[in-house]
Amino acid sequence: MNSLLATVNKILTYSVVDGPGNRLVIFLQGCNFNCSTCHNPYTVGVCDHCGDCIPACHVDALAMVDGRVVFDPTACDQCDACLHICPISASPMVQQVSVADILDIARKNRPFLSGITVSGGEATLQLKFVIALFKAVKDDPALNGLTCFVDTNGHLGAQSWERLLTVTDGVMLDIKAFDPATHHALTGQDNAKTLKAAKIVRDAGKLYELRFLAIPGKTDTEREVAKLTDFALSLGSDVRVRLNAFQHHGVRGDALEWPKMTETGVNKIAEHLRKAGISEVITPALYL
Amino acid sequence: MKRVPIVNRANMSLKKRLWGNKHKPTTEIAIDLNHFEMAGSRLKFGLDPTHKGAVMQEIFEKLRNITNDKTLNPAQKARYLSLEAENMLPYPDLDSETAEALQQRVICDMYEGHAPYKPRYVLPDYSIVLKNGSEYLELSAPETLDEAINTLMIAYHHVPSVTGIPVFIGQLDDLLLPYCEGVSDDDLYRKIKLFWRYLDRVLPDAFMHANIGPTDNRVARTILRVDAELKQIAPNLTFRYDPEISTEQILAIATNNIVECSKPHIANHPIHAKLFDERGYGIVSCYNVLPVAGGASTLTRVNLKEVALRADNIEHFFAEVLPHYMELNFRLTEARVDYLFNKSNFFTSFLIDEGWMDRDRFTVMYGIYAMAEAVNILQEKDGRTGLYGFDDVANEIGYRMSKEMAKIVENRPLENVWRGRAMLHSQAGISIDEGVTPGVRIPYGTEPDPVSHVLALAPHHQYYSSGISEILTVDETIKNNPEAMLQLCKGALESGFREFTANVASNDLVRVTGYMVRLSDIAKFKECKGSRTNTTALASEAADVTGILDRKPRVVGNELSAGYGQ
Repeated sequence: MNSLLATVNKILTYSVVDGPGNRLVIFLQGCNFNCSTCHNPYTVGVCDHCGDCIPACHVDALAMVDGRVVFDPTACDQCDACLHICPISASPMVQQVSVADILDIARKNRPFLSGITVSGGEATLQLKFVIALFKAVKDDPALNGLTCFVDTNGHLGAQSWERLLTVTDGVMLDIKAFDPATHHALTGQDNAKTLKAAKIVRDAGKLYELRFLAIPGKTDTEREVAKLTDFALSLGSDVRVRLNAFQHHGVRGDALEWPKMTETGVNKIAEHLRKAGISEVITPALYL
Repeated sequence: MKRVPIVNRANMSLKKRLWGNKHKPTTEIAIDLNHFEMAGSRLKFGLDPTHKGAVMQEIFEKLRNITNDKTLNPAQKARYLSLEAENMLPYPDLDSETAEALQQRVICDMYEGHAPYKPRYVLPDYSIVLKNGSEYLELSAPETLDEAINTLMIAYHHVPSVTGIPVFIGQLDDLLLPYCEGVSDDDLYRKIKLFWRYLDRVLPDAFMHANIGPTDNRVARTILRVDAELKQIAPNLTFRYDPEISTEQILAIATNNIVECSKPHIANHPIHAKLFDERGYGIVSCYNVLPVAGGASTLTRVNLKEVALRADNIEHFFAEVLPHYMELNFRLTEARVDYLFNKSNFFTSFLIDEGWMDRDRFTVMYGIYAMAEAVNILQEKDGRTGLYGFDDVANEIGYRMSKEMAKIVENRPLENVWRGRAMLHSQAGISIDEGVTPGVRIPYGTEPDPVSHVLALAPHHQYYSSGISEILTVDETIKNNPEAMLQLCKGALESGFREFTANVASNDLVRVTGYMVRLSDIAKFKECKGSRTNTTALASEAADVTGILDRKPRVVGNELSAGYGQ
């Protein structure tokens, strides 16, 4: 177990937006989707040690050692120039972290924590690690009061879900779009696995919330909202639906030309869902 | 003892007008100005005739400015006039070193006034008047909830304090629960709501403080419900939390209220309770923890930034400069306590005779502030750059300061002080403080995330027995996740925080150094529309706003004010 390492982009000991309560959040590097609307695109790729970022670093925090990019966090001034120059949306600042490392952080912050959430990137790409971590949390008497959550795009096969769900308390599952063509255009992947995953997780009683990103003209259409409503109802009217609003913060590329989702627009969708009988619809507390 | 001038702020601005900013007043004049004595309707002066006329004119002008001020109501005018009158009296005797330190504001008396004729904070034991009634006030003991609330409403008007408005209105659930039998939930709700409205409208001071808890009870729940609903500035509210006694539900209600309106504070009851006896403690004003049936005679404070500026390096600071100025602040405290106890005749009050309070139960609060600046200055003097709140070495210097100061306070006997010792206090600032951070806080706007924030400051909390508070600013995404507030609160208290206080960034009711203001009121002032509540802040950041708008708020934090025109 201890030899198992995860590639981690970031660890937060304070987060109120990644599940119930205050959570320790581990952002795992690498994603199987390539969403144009991603608000942390530097978590998508996995470093291939091309070295393009090294000259971009103005404080010499990056170096090539034995063919690998090595990062010195003490020299870094967090200017993020390396992230902007990376050709594959990766980050040279990732850390290799063991289960024991995370348990240490969790113990130190235990009184402040309601639970642990693995996010990303796509957390389930490092499935073995996630399962090992959650299992270790459950086995630790000081930590087993913490709930273990996964924030995921759901692009994972049924058998893997079965393994993961045995050690998971809750899943926040993102549906990017219902129309297959729209989904493909937005993410580069099909949505069949995701939709299936929602049912698997819901059947296991572990779907904490279904998340849906409203993008003007793309996923806020009548057709998409109708499909979202039907899908949510098929899971059960008590399914918790969180509507997120597309904003420009963190976004790169063409999507910056797209309009932001307005509060009025989000409220219209929420109203539609509520009228259809979905009891718990959450809308953003903040529009940037 | 050599008489040395104490220039109070009122006289400072007076002299500024008299001589302009270019010409500093001479020491001689400063002495003269402090020899005014009121004798009947005539002023007697220790001045030579040439000065006399000019000084008189200035005083009259100052008093006229108050009486004719278009932004003050008559009660506010009366208060400022009384402050001016008090401050024409000579200051209680101070030795020259202490006087100089006070004049340079290395130590500070919070501008409490030159003749302390009332304690700064009075915490009456209201259970006495509820149990016995009051002979002096011609009140019989209440028998119903209405009578009990009415008795309290009357009692509040007879409780002195530095501002004239009571800072402590009681442990309300303990006081009112005995009268609630047979009162329906709906009736209780309506009565508390009227009571709350009365408090805000009639006693408009953001420092007036109610306490509830640690038990989960009907009165506490109703107060929390009403407080969240009305979102008033007054009264301030503390829920005393004890994990052994309080239910998780009532703590959750309280922390949900914080998400709603940034109130109440959550006090770490077990930590406070063990320092006091069976008569207990109250959280009053801006997180001051004081004995019930007593209070605090005075609050003086040491500006650690000024102390650090006078030190050559860290070791010099700890070995000589800090103990020196701490001693001077003790002497300042002693002079003020001596006046209150031995000259003012305060303790002849019916409040003493009837047992609402006890002469022996008045502590003194020993305040410190600007630790962040002090540590950063000392870091620089020792050639290091790490900043307070973020850097481990800097934080360690801070912890050492707290520990050292607690030791000095513990070893310094004082007369006419509860248990013979002062109580250390992390002081949260007044409106005129510039370029200094309250207490041991991390400078506003630069704080790390709430968890790191708590962990950086928690080690200080053990030392500040009469109160310490940090304001955690939480962004509004927490509104969708109030459970996170509950968890943060539990984490902070478990980490040793004596008090948990949080502001939600988007709330209308927010905390400035330690009391509430309404942002919508400030916005209305900006539009020059005025508002019913006239509530805004006197803290330094908000003082600009009130200055621009040129009117005084109806609900204010009187304690923050250093005097008229400040």
